[in-house]
Amino acid sequence: MTWQVFFDMGGYAFYVWTAYGVTFLVLLINIVLPILQRKQLLRQLILRQKRGQR
Amino acid sequence: MSVIPAPVGRFFHKMASPPHFYALAERFIPWLTAILLLLLAAGLYGGLYLAPSDYQQGESYRIIYIHVPAAWMSLFIYVLMAVMAAIALVWRMKLAEVMLIASAPIGAGFTFIALLTGSLWGKPMWGAWWVWDARLTFELILLFQYLGVMSLYGAIEDKRSAAKAVSILALVGVVNVPIIHYSVEWWSTLHQGPTVTKMDKPSIHISMLVPLLLMAVAFKFYYLIAVLQNAKLELLKREATSQWVKTLLEKSA
Amino acid sequence: MSIIAAFFAIIRRDLLLAFRRRAEMANPLFFFVLVVTLFPLAVGAQPHLLQAMAPGVIWVSALLAALLSLDGMFRSDFEDGSLEQMLLSHHPLSVLVLGKVIAHWLVTGLPLLLAAPLLAMFLGLPQQAMGTLWLTLILATPLLSLIGAIGVALTVGLRRGGMILSLLVLPLYVPVLIFASSAVDRAAGGLPVAAQLNILSAMLLAAVVLVPLPTSVALKMSVN
Repeated sequence: MTWQVFFDMGGYAFYVWTAYGVTFLVLLINIVLPILQRKQLLRQLILRQKRGQR
Repeated sequence: MSVIPAPVGRFFHKMASPPHFYALAERFIPWLTAILLLLLAAGLYGGLYLAPSDYQQGESYRIIYIHVPAAWMSLFIYVLMAVMAAIALVWRMKLAEVMLIASAPIGAGFTFIALLTGSLWGKPMWGAWWVWDARLTFELILLFQYLGVMSLYGAIEDKRSAAKAVSILALVGVVNVPIIHYSVEWWSTLHQGPTVTKMDKPSIHISMLVPLLLMAVAFKFYYLIAVLQNAKLELLKREATSQWVKTLLEKSA
Repeated sequence: MSIIAAFFAIIRRDLLLAFRRRAEMANPLFFFVLVVTLFPLAVGAQPHLLQAMAPGVIWVSALLAALLSLDGMFRSDFEDGSLEQMLLSHHPLSVLVLGKVIAHWLVTGLPLLLAAPLLAMFLGLPQQAMGTLWLTLILATPLLSLIGAIGVALTVGLRRGGMILSLLVLPLYVPVLIFASSAVDRAAGGLPVAAQLNILSAMLLAAVVLVPLPTSVALKMSVN
């Protein structure tokens, strides 16, 4: 099977790839977002601690 | 409780302590990620490439490999949230509260995915982006229930109170789940003829079943990773002034 | 004071407070009628269309009227400290909560029944559905007050809890809406409605028993 045939998904390319695409986007966001927020929070807390605040 | 061996009991006791849980989560996540990637690769390869095309639906049926596992997860996570809510209310266990709220956005995400992929599957197959079929309606209301949990938690400032509120909501909501399921099914079959539902035949070919199950397990591992990430964040937020967090900050500064 | 006496005392008190603002008691009723009136204006006045929509329109409007009136259930008590007094009382809070919900229904839900004949006429609901309309209103409006009580208890402490209240309560209202409007719809078509009415009754009984406890827990959380 060639790449073009695979990508075409029997004519349903738009539906199939949008479905998979949005799925992976949502799943990715749900993992990356908390990681980024946690890193940001850690940075803020460290800064606050350095300034002697609590 | 003599039924539970002492080391196991100690493990769970340790797990209930935020610093231990945090450290354990950090250690587990890389392994879980590795397993997740393996399962995803296997499931997607099997589903998108190896599995034959459906003789009726052609290639569009391949949406099933994300649609069905996502729908399963949307229900599974809600039930899990209800269990954690009960634990949180009865034993006032901080970690149960944290895991509860950490699960909500993930459950909402899966519900959204189930609805969207279902719609993208339905359009070429049934000709409509949306129908008020019992299952679709039910899933939509489930999404609102997840969003309700997230909104309520965000709106209450004191997070221990917020967790209590959300626990009550989750428990009341889980009672609603079978009621809605039943009522909407009844309503839908009264007002419309039964619609074509795709996965009801238990006899699905093994070459399609295996990738489906692989994706289902993969999504469970994904949930674990995502909930741990969310839980770590929530723990830090709630315990920012505690000693163990201060120690953690000193170590990483 | 015995529990029973306290129960009736709460109901009497709330009814008295409501009667002191008699004019406001008519508001949910006016709202109910107004919203129903909007539909013929919006979709055009074709009798067949209105008749087909009637059960659903009447019930959605009743639901919205109930939703809007929910906030008043604990709001004034929360603001003037009476709610805290109730929490501190040695009577089980669940009983007091049940009393408040009943009083709330008597004031905001029961009056909606008065509008039923008028609305049936507006939308051309067949005469044979009227009995079922009355029955669903009698069974489901207390159900709406009860289910709504949980949402109000969860959000009474929030400054702008109104929108969240709707978001929380509407999914819980969906089964009630479905069975109530389905019953009226079937009655309009001459079909039997025993099943729907039985289910509504069962939900009502279950709610009377099951709602006060989580509501009490939620109130304790909200007040602190």
